[in-house]
Amino acid sequence: MFGLNAKDTRLFFIVIALVAFAPFLMNPFPTDSAMAQFNAGYPDLMQRFVIFGIFAIGFNILFGLTGYLSFGHAAFLGAGSYAAVWMLKLLTINVIPAIMISVIVAGVFALLIGFISLRRSGIYFSILTLAFAQMAFALAASVLTPITGGETGLQTALSDPRILDGARDAGGNIPAPGLWGMEMRDSAEWVVSGWQFTFNVGYYLAGLCMILAFYLSIRIFRSPFGMMLRAVKSNQQRMNYTGLNTRPYTLAAFVISGMYAGLAGGLMAAMDPLAGAERMQWTASGEVVLMTILGGAGTLIGPVLGAGFIKYFENIFSKINDNVLHQWFAFMPDGIEDFLVTIVHPFVGKGWHLTLGLMFMAVVIFLPGGLVEGGQRIARLFGRKKKAADKETDASKTPAE
Amino acid sequence: MSFSNLTRRGLIQTGAVAGAGLALPTYLRADGHSGYTNAPTGDTVTLGFNVPQSGPYADEGADELRAYELAVEHLNGGGDGGMMGTFSSKALSGSGILGKKVAYVTGDTQTKPDAARASAKSMIEKDGAVMITGGSSSGVAVAVQSLCQEAGIIFMAGLTHSNDTTGKDKKANGFRHFFNSYMSGAALAPILGENYGKDRKAYHLTADYNWGYTTEEAVRTSTEALGWETVAAVKTPLAQTDFKDYVAPVLQSGADILVLNHYGGNMVNSLTSAVQFGLREAQANGKNFEIIVPLYSRLMAKGAGENVKGIFGSTNWHWSLTDEGSKAFVKSFGTKYGFPPSQAAHTCYVQTLLYADAAERAGSFNPCAIAEALEGFEFDGLGNGKTLYRAEDHQCFKDVLVVKGKENPDNEFDLLEIVEVTPAAQVTYDASIFGGELGTCNPGA
Amino acid sequence: MEAIVLQILSGLDGGSAYALIALGLTLIFGTLGVVNFAHGALFMIGAFCTVTLQRLLSYSHTVIDESQKDFLGNPLKVQVPYIQDWFGEAAANTIIDWSVPLAILFAIPVMLIIGIVMERGLIKHFYKRPHADQILVTFGLAIVLQEIIKAYYGANPIPAPAPDVFKGSFDFGVLLGFDANRIIYPYWRLVYFAFAALLITGVFVFLQFTTFGMVVRAGMADRETVGLLGIDIDKRFTIMFGLAACVAGLAGVMYTPINSPNYHMGMDFLVISFVVVVVGGMGSLPGAVLAGFVLGILQSFASMREVIEFLPGINQIVIYLAAIVILLTRPRGLMGRRGVMEE
Repeated sequence: MFGLNAKDTRLFFIVIALVAFAPFLMNPFPTDSAMAQFNAGYPDLMQRFVIFGIFAIGFNILFGLTGYLSFGHAAFLGAGSYAAVWMLKLLTINVIPAIMISVIVAGVFALLIGFISLRRSGIYFSILTLAFAQMAFALAASVLTPITGGETGLQTALSDPRILDGARDAGGNIPAPGLWGMEMRDSAEWVVSGWQFTFNVGYYLAGLCMILAFYLSIRIFRSPFGMMLRAVKSNQQRMNYTGLNTRPYTLAAFVISGMYAGLAGGLMAAMDPLAGAERMQWTASGEVVLMTILGGAGTLIGPVLGAGFIKYFENIFSKINDNVLHQWFAFMPDGIEDFLVTIVHPFVGKGWHLTLGLMFMAVVIFLPGGLVEGGQRIARLFGRKKKAADKETDASKTPAE
Repeated sequence: MSFSNLTRRGLIQTGAVAGAGLALPTYLRADGHSGYTNAPTGDTVTLGFNVPQSGPYADEGADELRAYELAVEHLNGGGDGGMMGTFSSKALSGSGILGKKVAYVTGDTQTKPDAARASAKSMIEKDGAVMITGGSSSGVAVAVQSLCQEAGIIFMAGLTHSNDTTGKDKKANGFRHFFNSYMSGAALAPILGENYGKDRKAYHLTADYNWGYTTEEAVRTSTEALGWETVAAVKTPLAQTDFKDYVAPVLQSGADILVLNHYGGNMVNSLTSAVQFGLREAQANGKNFEIIVPLYSRLMAKGAGENVKGIFGSTNWHWSLTDEGSKAFVKSFGTKYGFPPSQAAHTCYVQTLLYADAAERAGSFNPCAIAEALEGFEFDGLGNGKTLYRAEDHQCFKDVLVVKGKENPDNEFDLLEIVEVTPAAQVTYDASIFGGELGTCNPGA
Repeated sequence: MEAIVLQILSGLDGGSAYALIALGLTLIFGTLGVVNFAHGALFMIGAFCTVTLQRLLSYSHTVIDESQKDFLGNPLKVQVPYIQDWFGEAAANTIIDWSVPLAILFAIPVMLIIGIVMERGLIKHFYKRPHADQILVTFGLAIVLQEIIKAYYGANPIPAPAPDVFKGSFDFGVLLGFDANRIIYPYWRLVYFAFAALLITGVFVFLQFTTFGMVVRAGMADRETVGLLGIDIDKRFTIMFGLAACVAGLAGVMYTPINSPNYHMGMDFLVISFVVVVVGGMGSLPGAVLAGFVLGILQSFASMREVIEFLPGINQIVIYLAAIVILLTRPRGLMGRRGVMEE
């Protein structure tokens, strides 16, 4: 279906289902229970899951297929965000033009940077992309302040022109980004005996974008073009000896991947109209590298899992404070309660980085193929009855070399 | 069900038709009739404390969090009540706010606007926080303030010193108790004139971001009015760790004053470099060379060690103040944690009390009612003398402390000595000079 | 003229920190082929060796002094260091004053052990894994090390001053024949430069003129053949890793008086040190050192007021701009070898 083989179609439908039912899946615990702290089904975090998922899917098209490790991909996300916010400021608060322009601007940036950086390979390529991104970050945070808002970031303001629909809404405030009357932050809520599920307009728009992005990525992975990129990864020299110029292919992959980053940046600005310079910093570029490797580089679904994993830790674990811990362990005798709080304390709240670092190490040590391999192992554990050959050819989950 | 007219209000109607409890917009979550975001329904009210817990300002954030926990304890009737006893408004009784027990959630801003907004959004969307407060940088304050404006939540800024927060980026839902660059300049200039004379040549090193720009401008304007000449102003990257390249040429430039428009880690490193290069002992133009740090932070000054001795700067508050409010706060903070509070802790504690008091006086958690109660509010007894929350820009006007690195500290916290308490009148400015527009108060739903 | 000399001096000073960190990194990254994102953390741990020693030396017992009051008005608790009881006040003060140089002795065994444990326990298993996995595991390790330091020492910088005799600055220009008071430079920064030069020379001599160094160099060039000759190259690589950790750590120890150490100082240096190594050329130790000094001097000149006024923002990007230009004109950096991490 959709030009996909059976395995891919199945995976595609799983992704659609995951996106569609995320508000349920992410909120497994009743609102008043102690475990509600682990619920991730609120609009902002769900949006982040799918947006960073798009970013990582795009990064994987470059890194997973060609093996070119870009360490400056955040520059495209940042450029896309700035372009989108400028669109929201100048033209209209409708998010469609903003998202479109962000993809285009990021594509142009990627073309320029890719054209230069792809003259080198391996670590030299990585450092070139890093250098471009760091320059973009440093300039955006300082001398380009009139264009980028500097360290504070670029925001919509009451003094913006917004040619198509005016600077302020009926209440005299800055209008929120929307889509023909629906605001991105609008949500519907469904309360079922203790559980509470939130369906957010912005999330579903971003989710739709991710489904399309994911579909395109499957098609690229399975296309002759994708095959060519994999050939570049396995032996570029041999390709060159056969008289084939590989650079147009790698450049195309670089630009596509940059446009994915731009889409992610545009969506971020559409969900929340602010673009900050630190989105372009090397730490942000490093984060998408980590997401992709953590999930499983070269697999279709891995980068999305990696993105979700990191964002979950950042947003959920950082909010667990001692107060919450005491509530959790309140049923224990006092001495044991305090003891448990002391034990857990260094790993949550302000210590969330520590847990994340330990998880990075644990995953890469015990699951060499990333989270996807973890999934495979679990599947293998439960699905022994299935034919072994079935798993070997499970194209969707086998790393694409 | 038609989706053609799916507006927020449209959604309510659709929801009502669809019934089955479906479709109450988040921003109307708890009570569809209260008319504002996250109206508390149960017997608790949730405040969001959004402070840096990772990154270079993590210790300052930890101190802010201590102050918030103390404030919550006092509001709920625990402890010795701290500044509630000295506060000029007596609306608070120690039984929570409007009879609801105060609960809180915490988050990590990472001192990044993006992360700070993510954290604040989770507090609003997931935890139902009715007020967000905290932070240790102006970038974060401006970003979170505009988020709160959009969401219909009150934002009580933590430590933020840029003019922009209540200047060009001011918002109707945002309030700042902390002082700003302009006030630092205005308070410092006369003292500098008295101590260093009117004929001085200043060399500025300025952190290359918004706060640095406003601080440099404020100090330049006020010292040039004294008769000082500005020899040069050099921008230094925010991420700079070693300032030798910038400090080395200072002595040759003909300047006899170095102004370090740096904060936090930048300040520690640039000051250390300046002292290493012998600027403190140097002579220039026949005068002693002097260094100035417009905004001091005691926590960070500790990192600079002995280098701060004798160096002038300004601060919002210092624990060695002897008014009743400060004494009560230092006593209750010191008893609980074993060391005196920082200026960041003080401003955060005060902001929480001010919010609670405004809610009590307004009789509602509605952001618009609270904003009205805070606008033009005059109070005393919170450590800075008589203070006004100005209605035009939501900025507090109060005395500013000019301080100096202490030569012979009595203990490890005794790093700064107060040189002068500059009266509020001397640092007050016209609300319109920084541009910007408050907009109208947004209650959310 | 004096201004130029001053900026060159400042560039050499900054370059020596870059060169030292890049030297250690290139031993691991350029020769063992491991992308070590934890290298910055090793530098940071070195710096905290100083802090730890300083704390150990001033480890105190409490004496209550009724005559003084603390900030709450209670009797002041005075901390008396144990070494003061043992050696008397004057000697104790001297020892504490010299804690930064003393920390070198303390840091060498600590860093060697950390390096060896890290290689045996973790890195060893990653020699054959893709670079991506190495990045993930060492980045994870860097975060963990950083957070542990943060948990013990907090996030604020902690001052670790140089010994009194090296405090302040002196007139370096007079030595070079310039007028007095034109070129003034801090003692400790010149000490750091001399220390870096010494350490770099030491590493080169060690690799060039000892049998051990010869074997390691042979192992870098062709690990398999050396193994076939019956030489236990793994053990030597372990020692190399310990040595690299040591170089990073010592760079950190001596850096503390220049900038007060904090837990994220390693991350601040991480990116720049990778740029330095790659610009120097993969697999080349002299390249790394040269690139360190070149970039240090460029950074110093780009930070001059006259230059910034002419090209605003150049001080923010000069290192990256230089890296791009060098990598585009010299495909393998300044002195890189063919085929090292090019695919």
